[in-house]
Amino acid sequence: MAAPWASLRLVAPMWNGRIRGIHRLGGAVAPEGNQKKKRTILQFLTNYFYDVEALRDYLLQREMYKVHEKNRSYTWLEKQHGPYGAGAFFILKQGGAVKFRDKEWIRPDKYGHFSQEFWNFCEVPVEAVDASDCDINYEGLDNLLRLKELQSLSLQRCSHVDDWCLSRLYPLADSLQELSLAGCPRVSERGLACLHHLQNLRRLDISDLPAVSNPGLTQILVEEMLPNCEVVGVDWAEGLKSGPEEQPQDTASPVPA
Amino acid sequence: MIRRVLPHGMGRGLLTRRPGTRRGGFSLGKVEDHKRVLWFWVVPNLRLCVLQDPKPWPTLAGQWVGLGKGEYLAVVDAPPLDLRFNPSGYLLLASEKDAAAMESNVKVQRQEGAKVSLMSPDQLRNKFPWINTEGVALASYGMEDEGWFDPWCLLQGLRRKVQSLGVLFCQGEVTRFVSSSQRMLTTDDKAVVLKRIHEVHVKMDRSLEYQPVECAIVINAAGAWSAQIAALAGIGEGPPGTLQGTKLPVEPRKRYVYVWHCPQGPGLETPLVADTSGAYFRREGLGSNYLGGRSPTEQEEPDPANLEVDHDFFQDKVWPHLALRVPAFETLKVQSAWAGYYDYNTFDQNGVVGPHPLVVNMYFATGFSGHGLQQAPGVGRAVAEMVLKGRFQTIDLSPFLFTRFYLGEKIQENNII
Repeated sequence: MAAPWASLRLVAPMWNGRIRGIHRLGGAVAPEGNQKKKRTILQFLTNYFYDVEALRDYLLQREMYKVHEKNRSYTWLEKQHGPYGAGAFFILKQGGAVKFRDKEWIRPDKYGHFSQEFWNFCEVPVEAVDASDCDINYEGLDNLLRLKELQSLSLQRCSHVDDWCLSRLYPLADSLQELSLAGCPRVSERGLACLHHLQNLRRLDISDLPAVSNPGLTQILVEEMLPNCEVVGVDWAEGLKSGPEEQPQDTASPVPA
Repeated sequence: MIRRVLPHGMGRGLLTRRPGTRRGGFSLGKVEDHKRVLWFWVVPNLRLCVLQDPKPWPTLAGQWVGLGKGEYLAVVDAPPLDLRFNPSGYLLLASEKDAAAMESNVKVQRQEGAKVSLMSPDQLRNKFPWINTEGVALASYGMEDEGWFDPWCLLQGLRRKVQSLGVLFCQGEVTRFVSSSQRMLTTDDKAVVLKRIHEVHVKMDRSLEYQPVECAIVINAAGAWSAQIAALAGIGEGPPGTLQGTKLPVEPRKRYVYVWHCPQGPGLETPLVADTSGAYFRREGLGSNYLGGRSPTEQEEPDPANLEVDHDFFQDKVWPHLALRVPAFETLKVQSAWAGYYDYNTFDQNGVVGPHPLVVNMYFATGFSGHGLQQAPGVGRAVAEMVLKGRFQTIDLSPFLFTRFYLGEKIQENNII
């Protein structure tokens, strides 16, 4: 924000007092000062000036728009190359990895480039998708749900996947066997309730979900809901305080099994 | 009671706000508009038109999704909106005689893009083993984007967003409208008196002070008390059977909601189940608690003068139906209960939206008879379009105008809970 401050020195004298004050604040922070300090100055400015607030609102809308753009529906690609090709392209573009049946995993490299040879075998169904750390949101799931024979889906640490998204997963119920939601900040127990459609699920990972209010109880309820599924997540004893009768056991000798 | 009068200057004007003035000219309340414009003095002619409209979502469901996920209501520096939405869906059960109506309803819903599945009693037993399907011919189950949420969170989110856009909230009670009338001739040369409201007198709580608020438009969204507001504006004063004499047929009706605990009850996947008898229940939280109730019949209507809960109503009229439908509910323990008002439209139990034909600047958004929350975003958009453009644009709500009370055209909905 150095440029705007520089031009403000041309302003009429009556504003100089306040502006110099802000500039002093800015000078106090090291140029490569941490994000937290920068954000509080902008927040401070937001509380006092309408146009700073408008600028921040614009930046916020732009961030949301960028995510929206990433999650466009590739209907044209689907017409050209079929649902598996379009879905695979969507995942690879987002930075995830795709595995076609009987083929190797296809991953983009650190520059985001990926091998284009999957277009040759895009009639082969996609078996597994690893969409960890991707920006998939509610609309982007349209592309994912086209992969009708998907067996394994990993949505670890996706920050835009929430309860609404989980309610859309039921079309994959026939084939999906493995699902991982570890580390998604917006998934709560309310979204986990609609996973009961996925009756073929054999492995579900619900560890590290910060929005779940009671992880131990949620794990028990999910295990009851999906009796054939191995639910990996929280140890259900987490959060239970150890009672006084457990302490002597530490000192006693281990009981032979 | 909050009766909101929307200030007509609800704009996002940035550079149009001069430093130092207060919006709305209210002298009541603790509203302070202390912000300035940084660039105003620097580049007075620069139009920073940076606030963009959010992308128009194609479907109505998409609108609710955009709203619910907080994208419409995103505010800088505030945590994202969490509606506590439970996407578990609604399970509506129909007996033999209602099955045809349910099928046609589901057809309409599917046309509008809703993902609803119809289930036979066998499929129902397969999916939800705790249900007793005696007397059920057909069931409709919402698969996607359907469920319940926390209305308080939505209200706070909407308030927060509109406050960030510049709207002022004031609380008080509307006691009087000051209006002017004009006698005009219709195209068939009949005399009609058109009224225009100029001022609203808003009385402060627990005091005799009132603030006259000059307004261009008044929107009557007073819920169960809308009829009183309409009467203040002179709606319904006239010979019965004429347009002047048509009152707003909205009255408060008391409804009870009970919360009970049942340790062996249905599990996490329970949707909101609406029985053939009108009794409904849903899961509440993770601790085997359930919430539900039933709409009383016309003869059983409780007195709306107070909000006292009648526990005998649960014992006699709600519990037997629940226990029949879900055998696990034979042993349950009521934890708490409360009562609330429906803004019940005695004419056809559907909402009134749009302007009044004679009081020119009063718009209605009331009378939804228990469906207000669900229809609120659509109605809000419709009223905004009506106010700004003079006609409905996105959805045509002309069957819901006030004039249908005079013309006698009812819009009936099947299967009301």
